Amino acid sequence: MSEYTAQDFKKGQPRWCPGCGDHFFLASLHKAMAEIGVAPCDTAVISGIGCSSRLPHYMATYGMNTIHGRAAAIATGVKVANPNLTVWQVSGDGDGLAIGGNHFIHANRRNINLNMILLNNRIYGLTKGQYSPTSPRGFVSKSSPYGTVEDPFRPAELCFGARGHFFARAVATDAPGTVEILKAAYEHQGSSVCEILQNCVIFNNGTHDGVYDKNGRAKNAIYVKHGQPLIFGENNEYGLMQEGFGLKVVKIGENGITEKDILVHDAHCEDNTLQLKLALMGNGDGFPVALGVIRDVAAPTYDDAVTAQIEEVKGMKKYHSFAELLETNDIWEVK
Amino acid sequence: MAEELEIKELDQVVVRFSGDSGDGMQLAGNIFSTVSATVGNSISTFPDYPADIRAPQGSLTGVSGFQVHIGAGKVFTPGDLCDVLVAMNAAALKTQLKYAKPNATIIIDTDSFGPKDLEKAAFKTPDYLGELNVDPDRVIACPLTTMVKDALADSGMDVKSVLKCRNMFALGLVCWLFSRDLNIAFNFLREKFAKKPAIAEANIKVIQAGYDYGHNTHSSATNVYRIESKVKEPGRYMDITGNKATAYGFIAAAEKAGLKLYLGSYPITPATDVLHELSKHKSLGVTTVQCEDEIAGCASSVGAAFAGALAVTSTSGPGVCLKSEAMNLAVIMELPLVVLDVQRGGPATGLPTKSEQTDLLQVLFGRNGESPMPVMAAISPTDCFDAAYEASKIALEHMTPVVLLTDAYVANGSGAFKLPDLAEYPAINPPYVPEELKGSWTPYMRAENGTRYWAVPGREGFAHILGGLEKDNKTGAISTDPENHDLMTRLRQQKIDNIQVPDLEVLGDADDADLLIVGFGGTYGHLRAAMDEMRAAGKKVAMAHFKYINPLPKNTASVLTKYKKVVVAEQNMGQLAAFLRMKVDGFCPAQFNQVKGQPFVVNELVEAFSEILNK
Repeated sequence: MSEYTAQDFKKGQPRWCPGCGDHFFLASLHKAMAEIGVAPCDTAVISGIGCSSRLPHYMATYGMNTIHGRAAAIATGVKVANPNLTVWQVSGDGDGLAIGGNHFIHANRRNINLNMILLNNRIYGLTKGQYSPTSPRGFVSKSSPYGTVEDPFRPAELCFGARGHFFARAVATDAPGTVEILKAAYEHQGSSVCEILQNCVIFNNGTHDGVYDKNGRAKNAIYVKHGQPLIFGENNEYGLMQEGFGLKVVKIGENGITEKDILVHDAHCEDNTLQLKLALMGNGDGFPVALGVIRDVAAPTYDDAVTAQIEEVKGMKKYHSFAELLETNDIWEVK
Repeated sequence: MAEELEIKELDQVVVRFSGDSGDGMQLAGNIFSTVSATVGNSISTFPDYPADIRAPQGSLTGVSGFQVHIGAGKVFTPGDLCDVLVAMNAAALKTQLKYAKPNATIIIDTDSFGPKDLEKAAFKTPDYLGELNVDPDRVIACPLTTMVKDALADSGMDVKSVLKCRNMFALGLVCWLFSRDLNIAFNFLREKFAKKPAIAEANIKVIQAGYDYGHNTHSSATNVYRIESKVKEPGRYMDITGNKATAYGFIAAAEKAGLKLYLGSYPITPATDVLHELSKHKSLGVTTVQCEDEIAGCASSVGAAFAGALAVTSTSGPGVCLKSEAMNLAVIMELPLVVLDVQRGGPATGLPTKSEQTDLLQVLFGRNGESPMPVMAAISPTDCFDAAYEASKIALEHMTPVVLLTDAYVANGSGAFKLPDLAEYPAINPPYVPEELKGSWTPYMRAENGTRYWAVPGREGFAHILGGLEKDNKTGAISTDPENHDLMTRLRQQKIDNIQVPDLEVLGDADDADLLIVGFGGTYGHLRAAMDEMRAAGKKVAMAHFKYINPLPKNTASVLTKYKKVVVAEQNMGQLAAFLRMKVDGFCPAQFNQVKGQPFVVNELVEAFSEILNK
């Protein structure tokens, strides 16, 4: 049992617009941290710049609201220098995937034990409504009045391409779903990417409409759970099966299909092929949006390896102080 | 700083070419002497023929050497020990190493160090460098034969003729190391092989390939520049390069402060050796992270500083451009950070292996907003140790990023380094937030000297949020209040102004000089030598050299305005002069500026300073 409550992690009065997804996420983060039970003084929350990057100011933990795009790099230094801290890195889609894209992929590749939150509202809110690297092709915004002519990043694809070992997704308004993946991200040793689908009520309202409310999710989302068959629908009447190189939606009970025929989710599978297929499903293609922990594979972490290597070399080398280091050189004496 | 220094540089370089008697070492050596003599160097050469006239190829008795001693002044001998040793095969390395200085740069053809070659040269293990106790950092190991074959793949020459050109590759590489004009070598070959133009052109192609290899790999001879005391105090000494001394300074400071040393870095010439050096010393708990870019190198260091480490990021000018944003973050968050800038020729990629002092105004002013940052410049290779230690001390005790400037010549140059006793170095006491402030502390509360307290994560009761947005002086919350921003701007400036740095020392004719020579950083040895020479000629000359540039020493104005004539000499277009004019009312010095990527030449300094004096 944790000795903390959500209140222990709360600070100040958030200034986000009423109805903004950031409010929902913040409440879930407080709740998840309380359930995780790491002391606020052993927790650091690092963000970049953007609406969502204001988040550390509402945390009673240690933290930094840094500069645009660099949160993952800064969090890397925090974690490597002080591995005892539990480090959360919070970025929006612009902060994390546009200006900070390089740091995002390299943090994943190195597998640093960071809990990386990507608050994806597919828009730049703080600069008042330009398209972001996750806005769909053709998206009309202030900087694309005739629609964008570029394809968006799909965060899971980037994470997997960078050899990421953890990817989960939740909708900001779905508190239990969000808390669940945040706890799983904490439990996972290594870089854990949590994509939070959220609204920008001012500049991109309704971007995740199909799954933003509970009724929508019942129809249009699938909660994936390791070891459980991939079943969804208001009455759990649909399921996912493999077909050729892809997936297909089937109705259980039709064409002789039973629950036993349905694909069982394996988040721990090293090969990410099917996990990626789950992560890329979208309503537009007639598939449900996958929520929950999609990939969660154990792998050596960078920060542990750094510490282990230091300990190993300490055992191998004979010098352990600056004075002893000097003695390893060729020395002569002037009398 | 007042000690008498001796500078040794290109005017005292000894290169030894060695290989099989059939490898053409004499020809390579002769061309190098010709090329050097043509540009006005004095030369003395010494052919060292093999013991056996027809010794088997690759054998110990078949090695032939050719030593060239080049110098700007008079050179009377071919030199005792060489600064650069070219060893074309394993036997050459084994027999010729005794002619090399302990810190000599060694060029080897790795293609001639196969199992059979090693056997002929009586090596016992494949680790030939280890067997000879040669530091791999000193070795330029290249697959020379392979590259020569590739270079002449389309020449139609037979293998034997192609292999005869190997010496020219080594020559080209040596010409790169000493910035020799290849055209002179080309003309020499065209004359020598006037009747065999195809041979001349093949040789020329290979010289160019060797030169390009040096260029592409940013090769440098690390020991061609030395500054050291003429009179050595009794004690124990080691040889050290500027980059190594810098790394040692950081290690010493971290140990003294009782902190983990964290280096976030990205490889860049000529600073990379600091990353290499620190990466070796994990047994001292040093943590180095080779980041994805310069930005992350600095950003991760800011994170490490927040987390309680002595955080350092190392780079050169182009890297400072990219780090500026995170450096500025450390300014507003008031976190300790040392940014090492090993200056090279610019702008942009510029001259990566060459030396300049052109980053001074960049590190002083190259950030948005009012962003005061202490700036220091190491004055010699061995001074890099003290400078790195002091930069770390200032950063940690004043909670600020500090820029430490060195340059390619100081970094790659070396000197005799008296082993420091850490007990004699001043303590480093970061302003950790006192426990009794628990409950009332806010992040921008300041100690008496205006420094923000450091609350390292993990301490209960001091959780706080820092950030790049302006904060309220009292509460630490985000603030756009105009009065508060003005106050915070002044507090940050005041904090830097409060840093105590040693007074400027005036050397030479301090009381009655007719000319004051002013410089900063790595030019110390040359300016000092110029002053000594002028004083020996009966002129009244003094010198003031800046190691601390921001804040300036308190006596700066009084020193600079005391003398009738002042010349600011620097390897840029007048950046220190501009800064001093800005800081000292009415200061209007003469200037001596050179931006050649090379260190000053003492004769030229004396000539220019005498002209200013006589005007």
